[in-house]
Amino acid sequence: MGKYKIVHYLNQFFGQIGGEEKANIAPRVEEGPVGPGNAFNNALGEDAEIVKTIICGDSYFNENTEEVQNEIKNRLEEIKPDLVIAGPAFNAGRYGVACGGVAEVAHSLDIPVVSGIYPENPGYDMYKQYAYFVETSDSAAGMRNALPDMVQLIKTYIEKDGELGLPKEEGYLPRGIRRNVFAEKQGSKRAVEMLVAKLNGEEFETEYPMPDFDRVDPVDPIEDASKARIALVTSGGIVPKGNPDHIESSSASKYGKYNISDIYEMTQETHETAHGGYDPVYANEDPNCVLPVDVLKDMEEEGKIGKLHEYYYSTVGNGTSVANAKAYAQEIAQELLEDGVQAVILTST
Amino acid sequence: MVKEIERAGIPVVHIATVIPISKTVGANRIIPAVAIPHPLGDPNLAKAKQKEIRRILVKKAIHALQTPVDTQTVFEE
Repeated sequence: MGKYKIVHYLNQFFGQIGGEEKANIAPRVEEGPVGPGNAFNNALGEDAEIVKTIICGDSYFNENTEEVQNEIKNRLEEIKPDLVIAGPAFNAGRYGVACGGVAEVAHSLDIPVVSGIYPENPGYDMYKQYAYFVETSDSAAGMRNALPDMVQLIKTYIEKDGELGLPKEEGYLPRGIRRNVFAEKQGSKRAVEMLVAKLNGEEFETEYPMPDFDRVDPVDPIEDASKARIALVTSGGIVPKGNPDHIESSSASKYGKYNISDIYEMTQETHETAHGGYDPVYANEDPNCVLPVDVLKDMEEEGKIGKLHEYYYSTVGNGTSVANAKAYAQEIAQELLEDGVQAVILTST
Repeated sequence: MVKEIERAGIPVVHIATVIPISKTVGANRIIPAVAIPHPLGDPNLAKAKQKEIRRILVKKAIHALQTPVDTQTVFEE
C-alpha cells in the first residue's frame, strides 16, 4: 500500500479560526494540514500524509450533530481517506463529543480513526467503540505527549495493516469490544490460577472487567410544585458580578453559593459568567438565559411553585474533574437537604 | 452533579443542550435547551419573547419534576 491518505478533524480553536466566539462555525474543508496537523504530518514522515482538514466549531457540532455528521460523511466519501485523525480533544467536552461523532461516521464507512482524549471526557465513553483513543492529559499542555503517542499508534496500525493488538499493548484506551482469541490454557485453568493469585494477594488481571454502571435510579417526583421548595444549581458559571469567590474559568476548584432572595431578575450589572468554555457574550448580557431566576421568581409570586430557594449554587463545568464535580454536588446536596429543598433545576451550558 | 444530588434523594431536572452528554452524566429527567451558550434564551429575539421561551422551558422542567419516570427520560414536548 502506498502513502496513507489521512483526513484530520479539528475544532475552531486548533483549526486556527478563533476561540469561543467562533464556536458556532459550520464545517469547512481545508487543503492539507492545519495547526497541529503540520506536526502530525512531519512526524508521520513517509508513511502517511494529511490531505485535507475538516474544521467545525464545537458548539455548532454539538447543536447540529446530525447535520454535521451527514456533511462529514459526504466529505469522507468524496475524499476516501485511509484513516482519520480526530483531535486530540483532551478534556474539552464538546470537542471530545465532536471527535467521537466524527469517528462514528468514519466507522460507518469502514475508515479507521485515531484520536486522543482524557478518559473522563464524555466523548470517550459515548464513542469509544468507534475510534482508537490514545489517552492524553486533561489539557492542551499535553500535546507534547499526545502527538507522538498518536503517531506511534498510526504507524503501528499501518505496519500491522489494521490488525492492532490489545489496548494495553498498543497504547490506546479500551474500546469495550470483545474478540475471540485462542488461549494456550483453557478457561477453567485460567480462572483457578486467577483465584489462587487473588488468595495469595498477588497481582492478577481479570479477563472481563465489570462495566462501570454508575447510574442513580430516578427519585420519586414531587407531588405538588406549588408547595415545593425548588433550588437552582448550574454548571454554567453564573456568579455575582466580579466573581467574588474567584471560581476558575476552567478546571474549577470550587463552587459558589449565592443569595438571590432580593433578586428578581439577573442583569449584566448584577451577574456574569465565570465559564471559559463557551462564548460568554450572551450569558453576560442576560444571565437569566443560563440561570432562569426571573421566570422562577414570577412563578413563585404566581403560586406556581412554593418557593425558590434563597440560594443558588454555581460552578464552572469546563474540564472540571469528575471527582471534583462529584464532591461539590455531594456537599451541595447535603446543604439542600438540610434546608428542606425538595427539587432541583440544574442548568448546563 | 445531577447524579450526586439525585443520589441524595432530591429529584433533579437537567436543562441542557447536548442531550447525549446529559445522558452520559446520568440525568434522569432531561429538558432539551436552546443552545450551548444560552440554554434558556435566544439572543436573536426581543427580550420579552426570550423570557416567554424561558418560561416554557422552566414550565416543562417543573412538569418533569412532578412526573414519575423509571428510566432516563427526555421531555420533548
